[in-house]
Amino acid sequence: MSTATYAGVNVELNDEGFFLDPTTWTREIAIELAKADGIDELTAQHWQVIDFMRKEYFDKGTGPTVRVLGKLSGVTVKDLYQLFPKGPAKMAARIAGIPKPKGCI
Amino acid sequence: MTRQIVILGGGTGGTLVANRLHKHFSKHHEDVEITVVDQDDHHMYQPGLLFVPFGLAAHSEIVRARHAQLRDGVRFVEQAIDRVDKDRNTVVLQGGFELPYDVLVVATGATLAMDETPGLTGPGWMDKVFTFYDIAGATGLETALAQFDGGRLVVNIVDMPIKCPVAPLEFCFLADWYFTERGIRQRVDITYVTPLDGAFTKPVASERLTALLEEKGVHLVTEFNTGEVDGEAGKLIGYDGREVEFDLAVVVPMHSGADYVGRSEGLGDDLNFVPVDKATLQSTAADNIFAIGDATNVPASKAGSVTHFEGEVLVENIIRFMAGRELKALFDGHANCFIETGFGKALLIDFNYETEPLPGHFPAKVGMPLLKESRMNHLGKLMFQWFYWHALLQGRDIPGIGADMPEAGKEFPETHPENNKETASV
Repeated sequence: MSTATYAGVNVELNDEGFFLDPTTWTREIAIELAKADGIDELTAQHWQVIDFMRKEYFDKGTGPTVRVLGKLSGVTVKDLYQLFPKGPAKMAARIAGIPKPKGCI
Repeated sequence: MTRQIVILGGGTGGTLVANRLHKHFSKHHEDVEITVVDQDDHHMYQPGLLFVPFGLAAHSEIVRARHAQLRDGVRFVEQAIDRVDKDRNTVVLQGGFELPYDVLVVATGATLAMDETPGLTGPGWMDKVFTFYDIAGATGLETALAQFDGGRLVVNIVDMPIKCPVAPLEFCFLADWYFTERGIRQRVDITYVTPLDGAFTKPVASERLTALLEEKGVHLVTEFNTGEVDGEAGKLIGYDGREVEFDLAVVVPMHSGADYVGRSEGLGDDLNFVPVDKATLQSTAADNIFAIGDATNVPASKAGSVTHFEGEVLVENIIRFMAGRELKALFDGHANCFIETGFGKALLIDFNYETEPLPGHFPAKVGMPLLKESRMNHLGKLMFQWFYWHALLQGRDIPGIGADMPEAGKEFPETHPENNKETASV
């Protein structure tokens, strides 16, 4: 666990950089997180995915898998990889300020 | 008036729930009719599928008649399901026949969604691309492995959730043993390709299983999301552009709930699994609908042991529901899995929603070793098939194995208490 400051807000992160408390997230923070992850500008399509991830998290208690993202976010899996090249489920979850989506066992 | 319990699916969950409910209601002389519906009469001992490719089990040994597993007095209807009409409390079968119900149990498991991966069943399918998750694939793979003289064997999970998440790992371990026995292990390159970031989903077990893959010389490719299978060229193509080449691919396809769930308005989620309360197993769609086993969306393994433990909770809740009482029995997410590691040994893992698989012993300080290879665990795995047909399906309790996860023999980490508080989720 560590703390970091983004857009002037102190947030707590786990060892892999995921938010411990998703309610501390703001859109300004997302812009900074994206830049740190190599995305210079968050497009409308990025936001569509980020908003969808947060909605899923708050509705279901967990972030969606890539498959669910591809089915329901309105963005195809191929495009998701263009938008979040390091892996959509994890990278978008980090930028969306929600915990890491886990594989169901 | 006779009350109707309709159970969709005559597999592990449907059979054990039907038998337990029948035992209860006939003992109390209550006027309840129990009907089990399935599209065929072949009950498969699914854990046996893992052994078929290696010549360790035959089709005939792992399949029995569904109706023969049900107690006398339970009605069996062999017909495909068209849909559930929850507003009319009615199941519509294909052909138009209708079954009204007072209580419905969805126990139709998970379905293999081969079509979701382009190329999977294209050129090379059942020739150098197989799955062992159905009997045709497992049987075909037996021949393919016997003819395999060396090259690249790739074992791939397309996406979670899947049934028995440890089975693809077991396949790697058994392949290592199988080719060693044949004296050609040095000519076979085995690679495990997974969408997860390690060998398994939970940290302590993942670390142990990743080490075991390494000990056995199995290569590991992580965070690989298979976008396409090119059987002709012999490669898996990931969405991120990575490629893994193979001479023989063993692919675990995506899983969905049963198709009719998708045709039943309001019953399932986007993947056709049935959302339920993870503790009571009551459907969120209607109070008189329950679900069990692989068919549900609960954040537990899709595994027979989970279904078995859920069965006790579910039966108690259905009895309470029919008596107009509050649902009480609570499922804790308990799973208990033997992991076959080859050379006559196996590991055992035991965990629930809150506690990840930990080392120690099961069920108490003296018992079967957890997260550690042993001969005893292998014998346990073999013996289990007998328990399955003779005790579990019949609704008898298995001595020493209860629905709640035992904590007595487990070694809880002292330094990272949060490690064992992770909740599994999709």
